[in-house]
Amino acid sequence: MEGNLKKFIDLFEHISSNPVEAIKNHKKETGKGAVGVLPVYAPEELIDAAGYLPVGIWGGHHEISKARTYLPAFACSIMQSIMEMELEGAFDNLSAVLMSVPCDTLKCFSQKWHGKCQTIVFTHPQNRKIKAANLFLEEEYKIVRRKLEEILDVKITDEAINNSIEIYNENRKVMREFTEIAAKYPQIIDPIVRHNVIKSRWFITKKQHTEYVRNFINEIKKLKVEPWKGKKVILTGIMAEPKEVLEIMKSENFAVVADDLAQESRQFRIDVPEGKTPLERLAKWWQDFDGCALATDPKKIRGKMLIDMYKKYEADAVIVCMMKFCDPEEFDYPIYYKELNDNDIRNIMIEIDLEMTSFEQIKTRLQSFNETL
Amino acid sequence: MDEKKDIKNMSSKELLAYYQGTLDEEARQAKKEGRLVCWSASVAPPEFCVAMDIAMVYPETHAAGIGARKGSLDMLEVADQKGYSLDICSYARVNLGYMELLKEKALTGKVPEKLKNSPAADVPLPDLVITCNNICNTLLKWYENLAKELNIPCIIIDVPFNHTMPIPQYAKDYIASQFEEAISQLEEVTGKKFDYDKFLEVQKQTQRSVAQWNRLAKMSQYKPSPLNCFDMFNYMALIVCARSRDYAEITFKKFADELEEKLENKQYALKGNEKKRITWEGIAVWPNLGHTFKTLKNLGIIMTGSAYPGLWNLEYTPGDMSSMADAYTRIYINTCLDNRAKVLTDVVQDGKCDGVLYHTNRSCKLMSFLNSETAAIVQEKTGLPFTSFDGDQTDPRNYSPAQYETRVQALDEIMNEEN
Repeated sequence: MEGNLKKFIDLFEHISSNPVEAIKNHKKETGKGAVGVLPVYAPEELIDAAGYLPVGIWGGHHEISKARTYLPAFACSIMQSIMEMELEGAFDNLSAVLMSVPCDTLKCFSQKWHGKCQTIVFTHPQNRKIKAANLFLEEEYKIVRRKLEEILDVKITDEAINNSIEIYNENRKVMREFTEIAAKYPQIIDPIVRHNVIKSRWFITKKQHTEYVRNFINEIKKLKVEPWKGKKVILTGIMAEPKEVLEIMKSENFAVVADDLAQESRQFRIDVPEGKTPLERLAKWWQDFDGCALATDPKKIRGKMLIDMYKKYEADAVIVCMMKFCDPEEFDYPIYYKELNDNDIRNIMIEIDLEMTSFEQIKTRLQSFNETL
Repeated sequence: MDEKKDIKNMSSKELLAYYQGTLDEEARQAKKEGRLVCWSASVAPPEFCVAMDIAMVYPETHAAGIGARKGSLDMLEVADQKGYSLDICSYARVNLGYMELLKEKALTGKVPEKLKNSPAADVPLPDLVITCNNICNTLLKWYENLAKELNIPCIIIDVPFNHTMPIPQYAKDYIASQFEEAISQLEEVTGKKFDYDKFLEVQKQTQRSVAQWNRLAKMSQYKPSPLNCFDMFNYMALIVCARSRDYAEITFKKFADELEEKLENKQYALKGNEKKRITWEGIAVWPNLGHTFKTLKNLGIIMTGSAYPGLWNLEYTPGDMSSMADAYTRIYINTCLDNRAKVLTDVVQDGKCDGVLYHTNRSCKLMSFLNSETAAIVQEKTGLPFTSFDGDQTDPRNYSPAQYETRVQALDEIMNEEN
């Protein structure tokens, strides 16, 4: 592999594995700290506009012991893992934590933070397509902004937020371009590299990330597009971790040609739209957004979106990454499962459990699935 | 005339059964006559549909009934075959299984075997659904699926989680706007203008029902108590399904009158054997209601506190949409931990309880995941002991009678030691 490509691949791997270092670097460079952002969607732009580093908190591959005191075993795997980490003090280097409450687990979780930093909680409206929903969310964001100003002792101006929105939209655009490129160059961008490039955007400023990804894309584009002998898949779900799961996909020669993961493409598949005020713009994003189990939609267009994605990228199959004990995702599954089958789209569900230590079952399932494709 | 006379002479228990049957029959009749049937979440506002003469069916109550009659496993199996995970709320799975069977019947003209053998009350498929997430966001996902599977309109009343109390005006404004939206949707579905005069009358009726329900709930504050709150679990069917009709008001008034009479005659729920009083936090274990009740009763323990029936303490000012919005969003499990613990503490204290029993309900994340924090606060405020047990509202596989007995015995011992 070309030296420059390898350099970028290592860089993204390093960033996505070392959030603590990223926070330290940001502090060193700017004198300002970091604010944690819990799943699934949050107006990170407000944190960026304050000059602080928004850092994604999505749990990690972790054994659960202390968290059992506070959460029954049937709480989702991400929250178990975050609880364990917060009890270990993993987030004590943050200035605050921003949480939304789009599911029952997160509603409870928002009320039981055991880390040292302060929490800022806000609620997304779920009757999303009516105007009143936007007005409500704008008010919630006003409170988020005010609390950030109080906790971080900074003034967050409209101008700064608009500027951050532009930075974020630019990153979203580059990320969409990257996922297109990734689909064309699976020999270089295997499932792990793809994930690292996307995950790293949670740990450094978007401005910096955009620059890295843009340069990476330029390097890749210099190469010839080669035919891919393996199978092309689409991932759907909350997230595709731990890394071992992606390693199995890689070893099976699966190319991830597109994803519908909450941690990945759902974050950037649409831009924050234009509008009168920055908060109105941020609120409108939630109204325009579709196809996620956490964003209520009685029309349930997720299945259609997956089918369209499958056709567009000429994929061979859809892999459902089902987060253990995530009931919103579990409710969506029977609906799009039927739609995929009705359209003769091959699909398989694997269970995502961040606590998992043995991956043999997933390996066997994906191996057998691959053989039938 | 005869019917009126009969109703007058019925006991509250007879009224409860009579009106539950009447409501199901009304829904079947509406379907037969081509009138609209709506399936509704249990604490969604029924006022709009009732004002438009739409027959109402309540899947949660229906599922609880199936569970109590030991019929849930068949429905759960149907949902399982459709791809619903065992981790999903069992009310939802029972109902989605039942809906699937009704759909099959409608499409093939044949009654599926599982439906034929089911003890479920016979209710028709809906023409529209209305949901509200004041008791959980599961109700959003569940009703999304009903609307999608049946290709019918879905009215959503989204009451945002109150992470900070008191409830801000902008949240009430958002909810009130959705009431207007619901009215427009109903006008479109029914093809007729919304009857605001009738709506006001329905609101007033709802308030009369709620007043009698609250009067009933207060009866467990007497020591000894004429009311075991397990009875509230049963009567809950009408505060859910008929609060906007006079059925609920008539039944609750009768029951409250009966209890007052018992109190006067010194007839108590445990017949002189009331030794300890507890608060039950959580939904009932419907398939094992008898076991949960008897285990306590055998130890002389009565349930005099439960925050669950209080979900329907929907007091508001008729004609005032903001006040109605407030009533539907202030449900304690839709609020921050401090408020939640405060509401439960009041329940414990009003019920003059000696301990608290927390149901860690495999089906209900929202009513389980804050139990440890809530218990700590309530204990700090009241000094009372507590315990928890694992259960499920309608999936009998998630309940262990032996564990329940052991936990209740342990709580009993601590309550006795503290005397």
